[in-house]
Amino acid sequence: MTTPITKPALKNDLIRLTLAEAKEGLLKKKFSSLDLTKAYLESMESNRNLNAYILETPELALERAKESDKRLAKNEGGLLEGLPLGIKDLFSTEGIQTTAASHILEGFKPPYESTVTQNLQNAGAVFLGKTNMDEFAMGSTNMTSYFGSVINPWKRSDGKDLVPGGSSGGSAAAVAGGLALAATGTDTGGSIRQPAAFSGIVGLKPTYGRCSRWGIVAFASSLDQPGPMTRDVRDAALMLQVMAGHDPKDSTSASLEVPSFEKSLTQGVKGIRVGIPREYRLDGMDSDIVKLWENGAKWLQESGAEIIDVSLPHTKYSLPTYYVLAPAEASSNLARYDGVRYGLRVPGKTLDELYESTRSEGFGTEVQRRILIGTYVLSAGYYDAYYLKAQKVRRLIAQDFELAFQKVDVILAPTTPTPAFALDESPSDPVVMYLNDVLTVPANLAGLPGMSVPAGLSRDGLPLGLQLIGPAFDENVLFRAGSVLEEAAAFKSFLER
Amino acid sequence: MSLDQTTVKRIATLARLKLSEDRMGPMQQDLNRILHFIDQLNEVDTSLVEAMEGTNVSSMPFRKDVITEENCVEKILANAPEVACNMFVVPKVVE
Repeated sequence: MTTPITKPALKNDLIRLTLAEAKEGLLKKKFSSLDLTKAYLESMESNRNLNAYILETPELALERAKESDKRLAKNEGGLLEGLPLGIKDLFSTEGIQTTAASHILEGFKPPYESTVTQNLQNAGAVFLGKTNMDEFAMGSTNMTSYFGSVINPWKRSDGKDLVPGGSSGGSAAAVAGGLALAATGTDTGGSIRQPAAFSGIVGLKPTYGRCSRWGIVAFASSLDQPGPMTRDVRDAALMLQVMAGHDPKDSTSASLEVPSFEKSLTQGVKGIRVGIPREYRLDGMDSDIVKLWENGAKWLQESGAEIIDVSLPHTKYSLPTYYVLAPAEASSNLARYDGVRYGLRVPGKTLDELYESTRSEGFGTEVQRRILIGTYVLSAGYYDAYYLKAQKVRRLIAQDFELAFQKVDVILAPTTPTPAFALDESPSDPVVMYLNDVLTVPANLAGLPGMSVPAGLSRDGLPLGLQLIGPAFDENVLFRAGSVLEEAAAFKSFLER
Repeated sequence: MSLDQTTVKRIATLARLKLSEDRMGPMQQDLNRILHFIDQLNEVDTSLVEAMEGTNVSSMPFRKDVITEENCVEKILANAPEVACNMFVVPKVVE
């Protein structure tokens, strides 16, 4: 298996460190936040071909790094003091352009900061810029971005440009390729876990309600959840610790105390019951994926976990349910883009003409498709047949998990049905494209935490991810099992190759 | 269930989207593919199932009815495409 990998210009070993290692280096004064930030800014500049960022904010990053160094010198640093991160362009950042990768929001500078990015800043994090994504987080390839596709740093043996997955594809490519130490993502149907799997990094979608959605551009409000995208499981725990927490500004954020995540990392899986859902074994599933899944179960078993077959009988209805509910919520959420108060305005003689021209020019094809489906399933006469029906099936899907979690502590499955594919192999039929999310969507519908851990390579030398799904508000079981998988897999990241 | 062009046009109008002639055909085809896929849900017996709005929404909290932010007209208008006299400008809607 010889895979020619084109390395980005790695001038500096600083960009190979994990978040935890960089944090330790700063505390031990081996280097400064300014050194670290400059190394990342250089790497971003020399890897612009990946198109991982929509907006780079180098001046702001350097300024914040200097402030961090002052605090570090006085031993007053926060939990993420001086650590340079990429922020998905779905998070509102005060005074800094936030577009959701859409033409309709080009130039929009939010007058407020999202709660999650505020939490990260309060902990001392340095922001490098806003990462590219699928438009309004709708997509699994990052090809629906108005600002162009993102290229996966990994290359297949034929050398073709590959997608990084989506929608958080810019964040995934940035973390994998050394253009950010860690990044934020959001996950509505797999948008953190799928690109993490495609890019050989760790991606965690927390329980719905664990992190505040306030200030994140809304796609499907009952499914959206922000989370960390990192080089390893430990980094995910570090990031989530800072991102999570109750927020009175998001009525769906849980008023629960956030447990310590880091201490779970070393607790192992002895005595833990791991469920293998038989419905996740898809017809004609890639043999590499099947093998990876078997390895994962074996590794957990060898570390003292008990492997149990479980059934999630309504799994096959997850995608159809999702493609009613997510577009319905999106059509409602995206009604606010009217060309009047912010963003793009295409003039019209009447107000209706202004709305129609602005929205037709401002939204890309996939977004328009979903708005139309959503409008249809919510329209008079069809609401019961589609929307209400999907809400009922959603309950059955959630109940499948509730029953399974009476027997097991965590569920193990692959993250994606295939490894990353080339940009020109991306399916043109939207339904075929949607099948990418078949293994990740159920956790969103049930509101459960899910984590993708890089665990092996395909026969073409591309990263593959294993997915862990836990009971609501038990991210700790993901950290326990995720650490064991990570150690057993001994996966070498793109930067380590 | 398949959507004809008249229905697609009606939905587009409801969603305030304009579909040009050349985009109508492909969009109609895509929407019908998606709806056909969604129709699988009819296989599931949901006669005794209660609809689920989301997770973690059983007890929506109330907050006190107080003003939390004021004097932010400038912030509100900062991103507007066209402003006059501290207001958003739109085409004339009253004859």
